[in-house]
Amino acid sequence: MPIDLVANVVLSGVLTGLVYGLMALGLSVIFGVVRVVNFAHGEMMTIAMYATVVLFAAFKLDPFVAMVPVAAAFFVFGYALQAAVINPFITRPEHSQFMLVLAIAIIMVNGLLMAFGPDARNLQVDYQLESFALGPILVDKARLYAAFTALAVSAGLFAFFKFARIGKAIRACADNYLGARVVGLDVKRYYAFTFGLGSACVAVAGCMMILLVDVTPALGPAYTLLAFVIVIVGGLGSMGGALLGGVLIGVSEAMAGLFITPSAKSMFSFGLLILVLLFRPQGLLGKKA
Amino acid sequence: MKRRQFNRALAAAGVAAGLAPFGIARAQPQKLKVGVLLPRSGVQALIGQSCQKGADLAPAVIRQVLGVDVELMSADTESNADTARTRAERLIQEGANVLVGAFDSGHTAAIAQVAEQRGIPHIINIAAAPQITEQGYKFVFRNFPTAIDLTRNGLALMGEIFRATNTVPRSAVFMHVNDTFGQAMAKGVGAILPRLDFLPFKVLDTIAYDPAAKDLTVEVSKAKAANPDFLMLVCRLNDAIILRREMAKQRWNPMGIISPGSPGLYEEQYTKALGPLAEYAICNTVWFNPKSEMTRNVGAAFRKNNPRDVLDFHGTNVGYTYDAIMIAADAFKRARSTDPKALAEAIRQTNIPVANRMSLGGPIRFNPKGQVEGNLSAAIQNLKGRPTVTLPAEFAEAKVVFPEPAYKKG
Repeated sequence: MPIDLVANVVLSGVLTGLVYGLMALGLSVIFGVVRVVNFAHGEMMTIAMYATVVLFAAFKLDPFVAMVPVAAAFFVFGYALQAAVINPFITRPEHSQFMLVLAIAIIMVNGLLMAFGPDARNLQVDYQLESFALGPILVDKARLYAAFTALAVSAGLFAFFKFARIGKAIRACADNYLGARVVGLDVKRYYAFTFGLGSACVAVAGCMMILLVDVTPALGPAYTLLAFVIVIVGGLGSMGGALLGGVLIGVSEAMAGLFITPSAKSMFSFGLLILVLLFRPQGLLGKKA
Repeated sequence: MKRRQFNRALAAAGVAAGLAPFGIARAQPQKLKVGVLLPRSGVQALIGQSCQKGADLAPAVIRQVLGVDVELMSADTESNADTARTRAERLIQEGANVLVGAFDSGHTAAIAQVAEQRGIPHIINIAAAPQITEQGYKFVFRNFPTAIDLTRNGLALMGEIFRATNTVPRSAVFMHVNDTFGQAMAKGVGAILPRLDFLPFKVLDTIAYDPAAKDLTVEVSKAKAANPDFLMLVCRLNDAIILRREMAKQRWNPMGIISPGSPGLYEEQYTKALGPLAEYAICNTVWFNPKSEMTRNVGAAFRKNNPRDVLDFHGTNVGYTYDAIMIAADAFKRARSTDPKALAEAIRQTNIPVANRMSLGGPIRFNPKGQVEGNLSAAIQNLKGRPTVTLPAEFAEAKVVFPEPAYKKG
């Protein structure tokens, strides 16, 4: 097997994996704090992809510019969704939460079908088909830019939770719900803020993802599943784990495609999931319960 | 009694005896109900909708040509074999006399099982998996080449392309979707190619991929690394678009892309999505006969129903779907009945001349397996934004271009 072929494929897997990681980061943040599993995560990313396509068609807005208004809109949407719909379910049994979020996901998919139809949509920016040549290795420009953006947004999110007052307060709510209430934190408001942040995260991932794949309404459930695989491999609730899981899944899918058969890509990521569940059920960077 | 009186009495007695068990006098049914099953949503939605255009125009054209009333009962298979099966069941319950569909081989196989169990004729518009007409079914009929025929015709046309352009490509990579159709085509290529010693190339690598794949980076990297002269491709639409974009990203410019017979490359969406990148792709596939009288009739109806669409992009889907409904109507006219057995028998006796079919091929006649033989392929190349017939010479609208102008020997 030529080494440049392997290098090309690994690099592509890493870059795609970082965007996967950003998508899963949103899910991990929401679960880590609110303790609600967002089964509409992939669907939310699909909506962000459509929003990017619409902004590009209407205003020729590059996805790297469009991600600002799209992320802001998703923050507001996520905040409102948590405050108005999900918060009342926080103390209810998990199956009630599951049904609620699943219903939201189904509404999203069908809403997209009604609005855009079943056809695949994409956008064509100038650099879409271009690549950098590093000797024999070709780096897809759009994928590289998307991966750097994913890294930058993830770093910003880490810094926010580490240094910002609101970030610290959110961590306090996540660590000890009762204690946070005792010291006077408005826990439900911070939950809504967190859901907004997670939504903005997945919105940015959607803006990047549209550079890599075409969007259809049916894409959502597949990405919800992928996000789950990534956060379970990385460790549910662990932000670093989400990024690591994304890169691992991206690279393992690429390597499986190269060394076994391209048709086995998804099978391989599920194989990895089973291995992690068997030997490290808390995930690679997750803490034991 | 005179002879004329005797004959009248005999005829009256015969009719009375025939109707006696039923106690009623039966009139010929006025209308044939045709259940049309197509993937109008999901991953194959674009092609399913394209086929549906052929179904939608069929009743008006058939009334004009055959004087038969056809009522369409359309159902969406949602690009899913299980849905195809349940929708077929429902159409039969709702009174469909004949089923037509369903573009995808997997879906079609599911519908064929239902049709056979329920004893309702099923006329396949498009589906190439050979096994569908190898099951001994009595109610399943196909006016579309099997994957073997499609491959044989497609590979033979490759030889004609090389002869017409004085080129001798020595190697190819074969990429194909791994669904029922793609597997059948791959099997066909594997079986037929070694026997065609007039083809100068050998296959360096065979790469199967998921038709619903969102990213084909690895697949294209592998194909490029083999450094073939050209890419032989069996694809669907969305994957063909993704694949062509990935080839551009990886700066891979082989002599060309040639399909031995599959959808995708000649579709309107392929050209719309890719623009100049769509140019020069060749597909050796079933096509419509631009010179037949029926194409003129259907073409006029198509333009009336779809003023914004160009028939060239839909010709195969429209032609084969229209022909399937026309076969049903023709059988109904001869059978003078909607009784499933009578209809099936009439379909079996079909003999539609070349001028009365839209798709490219000989007269429509079913063999004992329910398969029409003699359907033809043409080499269709995207030239100046439209799929253009380049071979066989008698149907050609332009000369074939091979290798592509951007080709650089690796």
